[in-house]
Amino acid sequence: MYDGIVQDLIDELGRLPGVGPKSAQRIAFHIIQTETFDVDRLATILHTVRERVRFCVICGNVGEQERCAICRDPRRVPTTICVVEEAKDVVAIERTREYRGLYHVLGGALNPMQGIGPDQLRVASLMTRLQDAAIEEVIIATDPNVEGEATATYLIRSLLPLGVKVSRLASGLPVGGDLEFADEMTLGRAFEGRRAVER
Amino acid sequence: MPTYRDEGVVLRTHQLGEADRIVTLLTREHGKVRAVAKGVRRTSSRFGGRLEPFMVADLQFAVGRSLDIVTQAVTIGSYAPVIVADYRAYTAAAAMVETADRLTDEDGSRQQYLLLVGALRSLARSEHDPSLTLDSYLLRALSVAGWAPSFGDCAVTGEPGPHRAFVPQLGGVVSDSAAPPGALRIDAPTLELLTALLTGDWAAAEATHQGVRSRASGAVGAYVQWHLERGLRSLEHVDRGGR
Repeated sequence: MYDGIVQDLIDELGRLPGVGPKSAQRIAFHIIQTETFDVDRLATILHTVRERVRFCVICGNVGEQERCAICRDPRRVPTTICVVEEAKDVVAIERTREYRGLYHVLGGALNPMQGIGPDQLRVASLMTRLQDAAIEEVIIATDPNVEGEATATYLIRSLLPLGVKVSRLASGLPVGGDLEFADEMTLGRAFEGRRAVER
Repeated sequence: MPTYRDEGVVLRTHQLGEADRIVTLLTREHGKVRAVAKGVRRTSSRFGGRLEPFMVADLQFAVGRSLDIVTQAVTIGSYAPVIVADYRAYTAAAAMVETADRLTDEDGSRQQYLLLVGALRSLARSEHDPSLTLDSYLLRALSVAGWAPSFGDCAVTGEPGPHRAFVPQLGGVVSDSAAPPGALRIDAPTLELLTALLTGDWAAAEATHQGVRSRASGAVGAYVQWHLERGLRSLEHVDRGGR
C-alpha cells in the first residue's frame, strides 16, 4: 500500500477494464515519474469525452452531436443499413472502404445467460427505421460466434416478413491460414458460400 | 507441464485480455473445468469455432497454476451451427448449459455430461419441439442432481396419487392434506406430460397440445427456479412460441 493520493490513483486506474493491480501501479508511476507526460492534456480529454460524446439518436453509433458523422453525411447511400453489435465494429467496416451505406449499432448480442434478450438491444429502433420505405437492404454483420449468429437468426426471422432484402456477411477461411487447421464450422461455411469462377 | 485429455462440452466463455478466452467446460471425467484458450479470438486461431458454446470436443489440457490451458481441440459434436440457426433451439440450449453450469462442480458427474450432450444432440437434430426437449432435460438434470420431482405419489406423505396440488418447495405433487393454502393445482393432462418428460415417453409428450405444454413449462420453470436458489437468467428469455 502506498500513501494517500498515490494509492488512490492506482485504485482508480485498476478499476478500468483489462487493467490489473500491477499494470495500474506501472501506469501510476509512469505518470508520477515521467516529466514529459502531459497530465493536463489527458485530464482535459477525459473531461471533454465525458461531456461531448453521446450515442447517435438514429443509429446508436458514438459521436459528438445528436446525429453521428455517418448519419449526417449526405454522400452515404441511404437505402442500405449495416447492422453491427458495437460501435467499434463500425470502425472496422469503415476501414475496408467497401461500404458506403448507413449503420445500426445493436449495443451487444443476444445472450440469454447474461440476461440479454431482444428488449435489451436496439432492435425496436431498427424496426422503426425500416418503416421508412427508402431502406432497400439490411446487411447483418454480427460477430461470427454463437451469440452473434443467434442474433442474426433472430433478426432474419423479424426482418423477412417486412419484405426488405436481408443479406449477411460472407464467412469462410481467413487470409493467411492453413486449410488443414480450419475447424468444421468455418470450413463448412466456406463450402456453403463458395463462388463460381467467371470466365 | 503435466497434461490430461478429456471430452467436454462448452458451457460458456468469458473474454480474457486482448485475444484469449476463459472457457467453462463440462467434461466426461474431470467435472467442470475452467481453462484458458489462448488466442482463440484471433481469426487465425487454430481453435476456430471448436470452443464455442454447445460444441463437444476431444480436448488436451495443460495443468496451470490457477487455470488449466487448452492446448488441442478436435470436434466430436458440432451442434452449435445448427442450434444457432433456430432461435427457439438457441434459447433452449442456453437454458440447458446454464443449468448444467449451476448443477455441476469440479467433482463432476458423468451422468450430467451424458445427459447434456444427449439433449444438445437432440436439439441439433430437431428430434422434438425445442421447448419439450428443454423441459425434459431440466427435469432429468435435477433428478440426477438428487432433486427428482414426484408427479405420482404425494412427495410428503407417500400417499398414492393422483394428486393435483403442485408445490416445488415440497418436491412435486402433494396430497390435499399436505398442500399449503393457495398451492398451484395442475390438471391431469399436464401431469401426464410432466411424467412423460421425466421418463422420456416421447410418443405421449408429442401428442399433447400447446396449452398443456405451456402449463407444464410453467410448472417445470417454478420447480427449477426454486431448487437452483438463484434463478436461471436464461429461462425468462426462452422462446416457447409455436413455429
